[in-house]
Amino acid sequence: MYGKGRIIPALILFLGLMTSPIWYKSGEASKMPKPEKPKDYKECVAPTQEMRTSHMVLLNEWRDDILREGGARTGKTPNGTEYIRSLQNGCMKCHSDKKKFCDACHNYTSVKPYCWDCHLQPKEAM
Amino acid sequence: MDSKRRDFLKIAGLTAIAGIAAPSAFNTLLKGEAIASAGQAAAGGHGAAAPTGKRYGMVIDVKKFTENSGLAEQCVSVCHTIHNVPDFGNRKDEIKWIWIESYEHTFPTESQYKRPDALKDMPILTLCNHCDNPPCVRACPTKATYKKKDGIVGMDYHRCIGCRFCMAACPYGARSFNWRDPRGKDANGQPFIKAENPKYPTRMRGVVEKCNFCTERLAIGQIPACVEVAAQTKAIVFGDMNDPESEISQVLKTSFTIQRNPAIGTHPSLFYII
Repeated sequence: MYGKGRIIPALILFLGLMTSPIWYKSGEASKMPKPEKPKDYKECVAPTQEMRTSHMVLLNEWRDDILREGGARTGKTPNGTEYIRSLQNGCMKCHSDKKKFCDACHNYTSVKPYCWDCHLQPKEAM
Repeated sequence: MDSKRRDFLKIAGLTAIAGIAAPSAFNTLLKGEAIASAGQAAAGGHGAAAPTGKRYGMVIDVKKFTENSGLAEQCVSVCHTIHNVPDFGNRKDEIKWIWIESYEHTFPTESQYKRPDALKDMPILTLCNHCDNPPCVRACPTKATYKKKDGIVGMDYHRCIGCRFCMAACPYGARSFNWRDPRGKDANGQPFIKAENPKYPTRMRGVVEKCNFCTERLAIGQIPACVEVAAQTKAIVFGDMNDPESEISQVLKTSFTIQRNPAIGTHPSLFYII
């Protein structure tokens, strides 16, 4: 092969560089995000797994129901705790720290929701 | 067979004409029937539909605002504070949910000839008319604005794409566009929203906004903010126009009121006592 003295080392170098992210993190599992849960409240409006996978669907349903159908502004958890069906006045009442709760998972999964372009986050956490 | 070329052509021509004409004639007859039956239904429901459900309305007594100077400004400032309405400091970018207008601008369709001089300087509060037949709702391509069952014309800012068709459609100029970021700051570093109300969201750049008849306050049993401010003077009466016992129904029954440009058929929910 013509010029194998240069091609083969270059190929090895190229492969090494391309796969470097794998070698760099080899052996250690990537850390799962740990969103900080509120201490004073024990239950959410739906089971944890459901909230984890479809909280955004729930928020959209609340919005459409309240804005368009004149739906109820409050709801009740299975245990009878009343809550406000609102991101700004409901969710953030318990999950008062956006950075430690929302952002923990959103940053990990590289999701950039535009909630906070309009909705105000609790002052103490800003 | 002893048929001539001439006869054959005649028969072929007649058949073609019959073939083309028959379906359309048939259709016309069927349609005539449909129109006749529709006419019968329309005759039964002639005029406006019978009022059902809620329909919120407002009566503004203009004279009370002249008697209590500063009251109109107070109404505007309260509304704009609780709804996080930005003040960009110039007329071109102005965002207004409720604002003060002159008589000739509020009622351009009324006669301006030989009116009392006092009318000229009268501050007249204007806001979204929450029309029963809202042209903005028809114009919106994304259904971001809609009419609710209680008669309030609402807006879902999530869906607004900022095309401003609704602004072109609104005959009352009740809609404003966010040309600039309402969360931003002016040249002196002052925020456009002086004091944020943490209970209510702001808007973002590129959406249209307007008065929502304080839907969020009505839901928790409060009256609209401007009505609350004017409550002592009874300058604004608010309530369900379809409830014959409500205060607004009584006022509408006993006082002569006018609406803004009623001839265009939008059926505004705002009434004025001049």
